[in-house]
Amino acid sequence: MKRAGFATRWLPILLLLPQLAIIAVFFYWPAAVAVQSSFYLEDPFGFGSSFVGFDNYTQLADSSEYWRIAKFTGLFTVLVTFFSLALALLLAVKADNVLRGAKTYRTLLMWVYAVAPPVAGFIGLLMFNQTWGPLAELAKSLGWDFKLGVNFGDTATSMVLVSVWKQVPVNFIFFLSGLQSIPRSVREAALIDARSSFRRFWDVTFPLLAPTGFFLLIINITYAMFDTFGVVDVLVKGEPGNNPMTLVYKVYVDGFRGNDIGGSSAQSVILMVLVLALTIFQFRLVERRIHYT
Amino acid sequence: MKNIAIGTTAALSLLANAAFAQTEITWWHAMGGALGETVNQIAEGFNASQNEYTITPVFKGTYEETLTAGIAAFRAGEQPNILQVFDAGAATVIAAQGATIPVQDLLEANGVTFDIDDYISGVRYFYADADGKMIGMPFNSSSPIMYYNVQALEAAGVTPPLTWEEFETVTAPALKAAGYTALAQSHLPWIFVENFMSRNDLPFATNNNGYDGADGTRILVNIDPLKAHFTALTEWQDAGYFEWFGTGWNDNQTPFENGEVAIWLGSSGSFGGLSKLDLGFDFSATVLPYWEAVTTEPKQTFIGGAALFAMSGQSAEENAATAAFFEYLTSPEVQYMWHRETGYVPITEAAYELAISDGYYDRFPAAEVGIQQLSLKASENTRGYRMGFYVQIRDVMNREFGRILTGETSVDDAFNTIEVEANALLSRFAQTQN
Repeated sequence: MKRAGFATRWLPILLLLPQLAIIAVFFYWPAAVAVQSSFYLEDPFGFGSSFVGFDNYTQLADSSEYWRIAKFTGLFTVLVTFFSLALALLLAVKADNVLRGAKTYRTLLMWVYAVAPPVAGFIGLLMFNQTWGPLAELAKSLGWDFKLGVNFGDTATSMVLVSVWKQVPVNFIFFLSGLQSIPRSVREAALIDARSSFRRFWDVTFPLLAPTGFFLLIINITYAMFDTFGVVDVLVKGEPGNNPMTLVYKVYVDGFRGNDIGGSSAQSVILMVLVLALTIFQFRLVERRIHYT
Repeated sequence: MKNIAIGTTAALSLLANAAFAQTEITWWHAMGGALGETVNQIAEGFNASQNEYTITPVFKGTYEETLTAGIAAFRAGEQPNILQVFDAGAATVIAAQGATIPVQDLLEANGVTFDIDDYISGVRYFYADADGKMIGMPFNSSSPIMYYNVQALEAAGVTPPLTWEEFETVTAPALKAAGYTALAQSHLPWIFVENFMSRNDLPFATNNNGYDGADGTRILVNIDPLKAHFTALTEWQDAGYFEWFGTGWNDNQTPFENGEVAIWLGSSGSFGGLSKLDLGFDFSATVLPYWEAVTTEPKQTFIGGAALFAMSGQSAEENAATAAFFEYLTSPEVQYMWHRETGYVPITEAAYELAISDGYYDRFPAAEVGIQQLSLKASENTRGYRMGFYVQIRDVMNREFGRILTGETSVDDAFNTIEVEANALLSRFAQTQN
């Protein structure tokens, strides 16, 4: 096979340059500054600062509150990822079987995809309003005195529900296209081998969906950890108090509300390392073991 | 020929611009909604009152967002002329001495007479340094006061409680029997810690409430009177006298507006908003109760709200414009208008007298409560407090108080945690000042 290549050496570099410049300005430079700030305690206005070594990190490691938030973020990520994948898969399989009005169903199921996280959070605020929210009323009629913003567990529940609701359509679209790319011949062969649609799903469809599923797993973990910021911010109304928050929201609270530049830089460096680990995990383990063909 | 004509016109218009060139200044503030409209009204009034200067107010979001935007702009050299900074951010902005021009210096340098005694006693020193020099110009000054539902108290046959003892033994049981939740409040750290300290005449922090510098400043909240107050709150909660609706301000104000809660502790600045609502009952207000067991001589409270700081690094003309604006802002007429429209207290004695002579308080007695409370007896403990990273300290308090009131922690554990975490934040802040 003939390899396509550039005649000169500088042309590819020149073509890459704009992209590299954007990455350098908007990613490497801020990241380097964050790493540097994490070793200092600095006056917000920039007048004074002290080099404190790893103090900002050890202070986080010693903070039981930071660990509590980390644990919540872990649990939140697991719940959001699991439920948004499971629900989307269920809906996709069912929608795939629908013959009449299939397009309408699919469009309706994708609808929420267009809703921005803060808007989703705002809808959650309305649905769970303490005095007249319909979902809070429903919970009360079932004997659950649901109070958003008062009880830790209730606020956590609404965060999970809103985040899942917001994410299901994205997963649905991917799962549905994954299902539709399964060859007809394979399905028909499976139909002969197994009568139970349940068995056919777990033995044939599910393994064939694995590449899509693993891709979505990574996407959903990053969604739950980072992109739910808007949902969290709106549901705690900018002031977490005794309510749960995620690690990335804590970076914002300490840095942008509290003006603690050193402490919040250390937290963002920790999150950078986490994302790096997740990326390595994705490329090294997942991409090698999952076959896309 | 045509070109010459255009050139002449351009030159003429340049000249015209130079002749009428106005010094333009900007004012970043955190006043949304109806308050923002009143801010715009003040700015328009100033622009119309003279033709040398133009001020442009810009809404920058919440108090926290406005402060953060101001800091980021300062670091980039793009700061506005005037920045509104709220009570909890005062330590941050006053500690950064090169960032602002003390309002007292600014006014004196621009030939505006300044006498701190022209200001009502409660607002004089909150935004001042340890020597009593005013750094920030108090703007929207409020204090927590006690609002009550007149019909509810009549139905229960009680009068507004003077002390928390009276509330506990007389007011709350009667209101409960009349079918009301007796008490709600909208800001636990502000009302039940900061102003609890000044009202009950207790020191809030070492180093002269933090005024003497960030080094070694320690918070003094882990004390019996305060713990007893929160223990009482949990007992009142169990007895159905008190309900807490979360950290959000409005979540706690709504049940009062709905007539479910009879007494609500809010800001004197809430008066304007409440009086514009169709509540279905009459409301009035009075001063905050105190604990007779703690003090028999209750004092004035701290001002909440925010102040205006003149940012440094601006030209002399722009500083002159800022000084002129401050002079306009503190004039009795403007202060009285601001007071009437919003419920924030007038900051000068002259404006207060204007409101009295106009008969405003005869028509709306509740509007006077904030200023009356700020004019009560002062003491060393009522000047104010100065603690760095105080926004985060408030966050810690909100978190722990929420846990107390949802039964997740005990009062003792919560106050131990607050003391440890707040002191850690204070010493971290001291390290930023080197």
